[in-house]
Amino acid sequence: MERLQDLAAALRGLGVRVGMGELLAAHRALAAVDAGSREEAYFALRATLCSSHADHAPFALAFAAVFGTEERALQGDPYEALGNLARAALPRVAVPAADETPALVDVDAVPAAWSAEELLRAKDFADYSDAERAAVRRLLARLALRAPMRRSRRTRATRGRGHVPDLRATTRASLRQGGELLERRWRVPTQRPRRLVLVLDVSGSMAPYARVLLQYVQASVAARTRVEAFAFGTHLTRITLELAGRDPDLALRRAAEHVTDWSGGTRIGASLATLNREHGRRIGRGAFVVLLSDGWDRGEPDELAAELGRLRRTAHRLVWLNPLAADPRFEPLTRGMRAAMPHLDRLLPGNTIASLEQLAELMEGELG
Amino acid sequence: MSLATVGDVERALVGEGYLPDRGLATAIYLAVALEQPVLLEGEAGVGKTEVARALASATGARLIRLQCHEGIDLHHAVYDWDYQRQLLAIRAAEAGGEARELFGREFLLRRPLLEALEADEQVVLLIDEVDRADDEFEAFLLEFLADFAVTIPELGTVTARRRPLVVMTSNRTRELHDAVKRRCLYHWIDYPTREREAEILRARLPGVPEAIVARVCSAVARLRAEELYKVPGVGETITWARALLALDPDADLDETLGVALKVREDIERVRAAGLLEGV
Repeated sequence: MERLQDLAAALRGLGVRVGMGELLAAHRALAAVDAGSREEAYFALRATLCSSHADHAPFALAFAAVFGTEERALQGDPYEALGNLARAALPRVAVPAADETPALVDVDAVPAAWSAEELLRAKDFADYSDAERAAVRRLLARLALRAPMRRSRRTRATRGRGHVPDLRATTRASLRQGGELLERRWRVPTQRPRRLVLVLDVSGSMAPYARVLLQYVQASVAARTRVEAFAFGTHLTRITLELAGRDPDLALRRAAEHVTDWSGGTRIGASLATLNREHGRRIGRGAFVVLLSDGWDRGEPDELAAELGRLRRTAHRLVWLNPLAADPRFEPLTRGMRAAMPHLDRLLPGNTIASLEQLAELMEGELG
Repeated sequence: MSLATVGDVERALVGEGYLPDRGLATAIYLAVALEQPVLLEGEAGVGKTEVARALASATGARLIRLQCHEGIDLHHAVYDWDYQRQLLAIRAAEAGGEARELFGREFLLRRPLLEALEADEQVVLLIDEVDRADDEFEAFLLEFLADFAVTIPELGTVTARRRPLVVMTSNRTRELHDAVKRRCLYHWIDYPTREREAEILRARLPGVPEAIVARVCSAVARLRAEELYKVPGVGETITWARALLALDPDADLDETLGVALKVREDIERVRAAGLLEGV
């Protein structure tokens, strides 16, 4: 049983959440199966200690570390195969050293005066100082609260006139009147947050903007439910889980470490292909999708157009925020932007707080 | 049929034409032994729902299914009152009929969860596509799964006579709450290996010619290796084999591609690349 503790410790070391409840369940599971059989113990422990598919690879690793490897047991299950040991280990190796990640300032949030905030509103993100990036956090947090809603299938009782009759309330009301049907009651649909998907370009050309925009993405994930966040350069990385949590600095650092293609090349089409194929279910239908990118793409424009078309057909709205679009002389002439234009609901600048406000207004208003 | 060992579970499911892998059989066995719900996740069409059906008919248990959907609430899942009949009863009482207890069992509509609690026989409770329900319903489920009891204000608390065997499935359109997952045993159902898929075909379509099994299985394996929007599940494999049975074993796979792939871009891509040539 001590080895079960060791296994739990090893799992926690690999980032799997193992609580007292899981441990107790694991004890009971071991007692219930044939503990002499390594295979049964393996699957019993996996079923009780893991709570998602992503936990399986760390589990195989931890199990092998605690109970030793046994070639015979390795045959049946692909998760025990050595390839996965590598897979579980690799992302950790590829994490850039702490000092390579973009310096996320640790300045104590300076309470910015209203007028200072006002000045920041129109300032281009690329011209921000570290102090300003810290100061803008409150503004971003407030902005992040504003996002699209949709009508839910759930209804709630209303005193006024709705369009779904409320038999429950009508009956109860009539009982108060001694069974006389005097009042008809109604229900109206409730509002729910619409799923918001933020896809941020972190390639080299976006570097001046990526940091503040990542702050905005982080604020959105923290502020609302049903927000999915992705970052891409040459490939797509989901950063929703990394960005969640109370401490924004920690969240940004986690996300920065998780993304391995900071400031590299751009392959928007290929990244969107991953988004469509691997995360299609997660995004689901009816999401509000926002791409934050300058549209410099080294991939095939045809692929970009095809993937954007697919995204547009499954999403509720598709909006592109392009920092370059702030320039009045901007025309979407790069190959990437030209391919993208027909599929977009709107192209917005996205280089200042004011432009993010514009996005918020659109999400709450005409595009929501 | 009793499920006293992992092997028993395996045999029971195989007897129903469902071929589980060892991990799945272990998870189900533990669900029985520990009386804990089991949560099955996996891509569409790998047979998550089918597990509950096979389990129910193998053990002779009654299958009660709660299909989750957006906006599902207590009154869809547990109970509701039959308001129309209540109103009629009020009228009848006014007209001199006997007065009846309006919020008594007579006017109670049982929905799947209450049905499962009140059943006298062994029950397999399938809570299907739980990811489609919203957070509020998930919070309720959490309570329900903790003590297998619900409280109906007018009637009091109803507690399970025997704990049902609970199978939950999720398509991962969203991440379930940690608390729900922690209450469950978890198993991820993967696409079967090619050999196993062939066995599944033989089990589900007794007497199917080996030529069809080989062709369909290798075609599906090729499609799954491809980057498609929607890869075919086991359900599609079976339908494809049935399609070939209905047509002729040598029918052109490209022409019947619509059985397995449902996205136009995917079909065009597979045809353009000639992926199924020689199968």
